[in-house]
Amino acid sequence: MVNAGKQLMTGLGVLLLISILAMSCYAMDVFPDEVEIDVLENLYEGVAFDHAMHVDATENCSVCHHHTTGTGVESEYCAKCHDGEKEMDSVSCQNCHSADPVSAENLHNPKPDYIYHDDKPNLKAAYHLNCIGCHKEVDGPTGCEDCHAKTEAGDKFYHSGEFAPKESAKGSGH
Amino acid sequence: MSKISRRKFLAGSVAGGAAVMMTPAQKSFAAGSFEGFPEGMGVLVDLTRCVGCRTCEAACNLEQKLPAPALPFDDTSVFDEIKHGQKRRTTDKAYTIVNRYEPKGADEPLYRKIQCNHCNEPACLTSCFVNAYKKTPEGAVIYNSKVCVGCRNCMIACPFHIPAYTYHSAINPVIKKCIFCYDTRLKEGKPPACVESCPQQVMTFGKRKDLMKIAHERIKKNPGKYVDHVYGEHEVGGTGWFYLSSAPFEEAGFDTSLPKEPIINNVKDFLAIVPMVLTIWPALFTGFHLLATKGKSHGHGDDHSHDEQEGH
Repeated sequence: MVNAGKQLMTGLGVLLLISILAMSCYAMDVFPDEVEIDVLENLYEGVAFDHAMHVDATENCSVCHHHTTGTGVESEYCAKCHDGEKEMDSVSCQNCHSADPVSAENLHNPKPDYIYHDDKPNLKAAYHLNCIGCHKEVDGPTGCEDCHAKTEAGDKFYHSGEFAPKESAKGSGH
Repeated sequence: MSKISRRKFLAGSVAGGAAVMMTPAQKSFAAGSFEGFPEGMGVLVDLTRCVGCRTCEAACNLEQKLPAPALPFDDTSVFDEIKHGQKRRTTDKAYTIVNRYEPKGADEPLYRKIQCNHCNEPACLTSCFVNAYKKTPEGAVIYNSKVCVGCRNCMIACPFHIPAYTYHSAINPVIKKCIFCYDTRLKEGKPPACVESCPQQVMTFGKRKDLMKIAHERIKKNPGKYVDHVYGEHEVGGTGWFYLSSAPFEEAGFDTSLPKEPIINNVKDFLAIVPMVLTIWPALFTGFHLLATKGKSHGHGDDHSHDEQEGH
């Protein structure tokens, strides 16, 4: 009886330890396996982002989420103010990176967080700088259409596909 | 009230004198010393972020209603184009272009976006004798095609070789260049089309003075990533668009031999003499001549007084 109780306690202890370890790695109890990034869909279709794969590949949420996921801080610059030990209410990119940070309103009445995060990229750049920046280092895909297909609006905008210049064969001539 | 006391008069003249003394110091709008409008907008261009996607070129084409390009905007073969021994330049049909450079010792190419830099004291403006150009308080260098006579002085004056010419127009050829999307965007406080379209935020739009601080902060925060220089902070008196680079600027096609002073300073001293020569010299030398010839009117066959003297 005593042995069984001790075993149970040990088992529970190990379980607790594992769960603490697991929590420290992935502080979020639940994280999505896939994220559909389509908020800026226009010239290109949205990206079906394999979140689970990237969680495995980076091993630490803070590589992308800075100091918001309760998994510490990777960047020295962020570490000056944040220890990243507490998970924040908002962890999604678009909660902090505004899709329109250059509105006249923002430029003429800077919000308080502009004083400290005064060089924060807009949402489109936050995605691309983070993704392409890392992909360059790890030989991931870096071409536009490696991640998202061009839409018809995109073809029209770039004068490509069916909207390509008719004389493109001799167009580059001098 | 109408009577001015001696005391009031003195106080007034002292105040007036002080105002006169202060005014030039405060404004200093004299040519060559203008450092840009304090609230003027600018763009910080970070070359380290550019991936050469040419989206900015497409955005400019659409916004400025320019003619269709010869090749699609997602065609990267244009980076290999060499005309007259030079990489691509801005034209009357493309106000901005991206070129690719291969700096020595770098693993990957460096891309550079070229457009009007919207100088604080533009050489195009100072070279234009019909006053077609204007530097707006918002920071744009715009021009009025209606008064342009097509002399192309600005094309020669511009240190960045930006203004282009509608050579194909036989009847009314004019200058064409980037205007910071002034009419459609900047006037309303919005960033230009190229800035908004960029996926990598290579370009950051804001007040020039704020962006300059951010530029220096980026250099400080990322030791080893950037060359410790902001191209356009001081070049030709400061430009509205300025650049950060990971490679020495001359290796990315920048002209690093430009003076820190506005281009107008090269000719300002000479130009200051012109009015003096034209107005004072004729009067002065006529005076000298009259003094020198006073009372010695002999020997001048065509002189009136001489004629009279001969007459008697």
